[in-house]
Amino acid sequence: MGWIGETVESIKSLQIRQVLTQAVSLGMIVTSALIIWKALMCFTGSESPVVVVLSGSMEPGFKRGDILFLHMSKDPIRAGEIVVFNVDGREIPIVHRVIKVHERQETGEVDVLTKGDNNFGDDRLLYAHGQLWLQRHHIMGRAVGFLPYVGWVTIIMTEKPIIKYLLIGALGLLVVTSKD
Amino acid sequence: MYPTLHSALPSSNLLHFESSTQRPRLFFPKKMHSFGYRLNALLTFSVTILAIICAFASYSDNLNLPSPSAQIQVLNVNWFQKQPNGDDVVSLTMNISANLESMFTWNTKQVFIFVAAEYETPLNALNQVSLWDGIIPSKEQAKFWIHTTNKYYFTDQGSNLRGKEFNLTLHWHVMPKTGKMFADKIVMSGYHLPEEYR
Repeated sequence: MGWIGETVESIKSLQIRQVLTQAVSLGMIVTSALIIWKALMCFTGSESPVVVVLSGSMEPGFKRGDILFLHMSKDPIRAGEIVVFNVDGREIPIVHRVIKVHERQETGEVDVLTKGDNNFGDDRLLYAHGQLWLQRHHIMGRAVGFLPYVGWVTIIMTEKPIIKYLLIGALGLLVVTSKD
Repeated sequence: MYPTLHSALPSSNLLHFESSTQRPRLFFPKKMHSFGYRLNALLTFSVTILAIICAFASYSDNLNLPSPSAQIQVLNVNWFQKQPNGDDVVSLTMNISANLESMFTWNTKQVFIFVAAEYETPLNALNQVSLWDGIIPSKEQAKFWIHTTNKYYFTDQGSNLRGKEFNLTLHWHVMPKTGKMFADKIVMSGYHLPEEYR
């Protein structure tokens, strides 16, 4: 009881000025995280510059929980690149390798076929019904960098929301009760 | 990073004695400070070191200048047809030999390689069709030769493959344990498809 009582007491004893300072510092933390994310978006040209691998379709290269850094440039898409694409009617983007490219003479439009390294067949079964090729607008970015395991943090937090709330609560308490 | 002199001194306001029978009462925010700060410092320090090591490992890949070699022979055109939808499709038998040992560094998890046929048609400025691929998990397996037919259909968009000259390229994609991925290719030219379906 004593521990909780003291915490409540220490929160009660805060001056209005301190409360404001803490609110501002909390805001600073949140906004700086946002700034970093948006800056990455600008810098990489991809709407989601960092993605977490969720399935084992690219094993043993990428395992579940690994992080990929994406880059979206004007460069043409070529066979062998690992791209992240969205299929109409599917919410979760897919990370697979390009195995076929057909680029038009005049317009430069591309037809792309992808396949997961660990999958037996190509991705036509994953595409929308009747869709044979991916076009440029389906592709969100190409993978340029790799970091193992870090993505488990977000996987655990999305699958066990309780851990997320506990963590946010603990961090919030830490910020509120810290005095300088 | 280090505990301040203030909080390290036992005579500071860290300890409050309310009465002689009670145990010393710890003033909560101060305790929070020292413990939280130390944990925070430790965590920040270890994450920073880990990030530096990862960055260094990835950077060290740039110091390696690989000199891979490869040869591909087309031994036979097994069959060559026009599909009902009008696209040409070919089956080839190839002999692929390569030495990719120089690509492996301490930061290399695996090398993904594939052989693609590349050619131009009146419709398309570039066609890349992957014919065969494989994963090389270690340096010991990086010198190899394989006798194989194409794993994926060699299909054109349309019917332009009769008498077509094409390149075979060996592409590689170095997948690191951490950091930046590398890719490059060797182009081998001068392959021809037959003038007639068979």
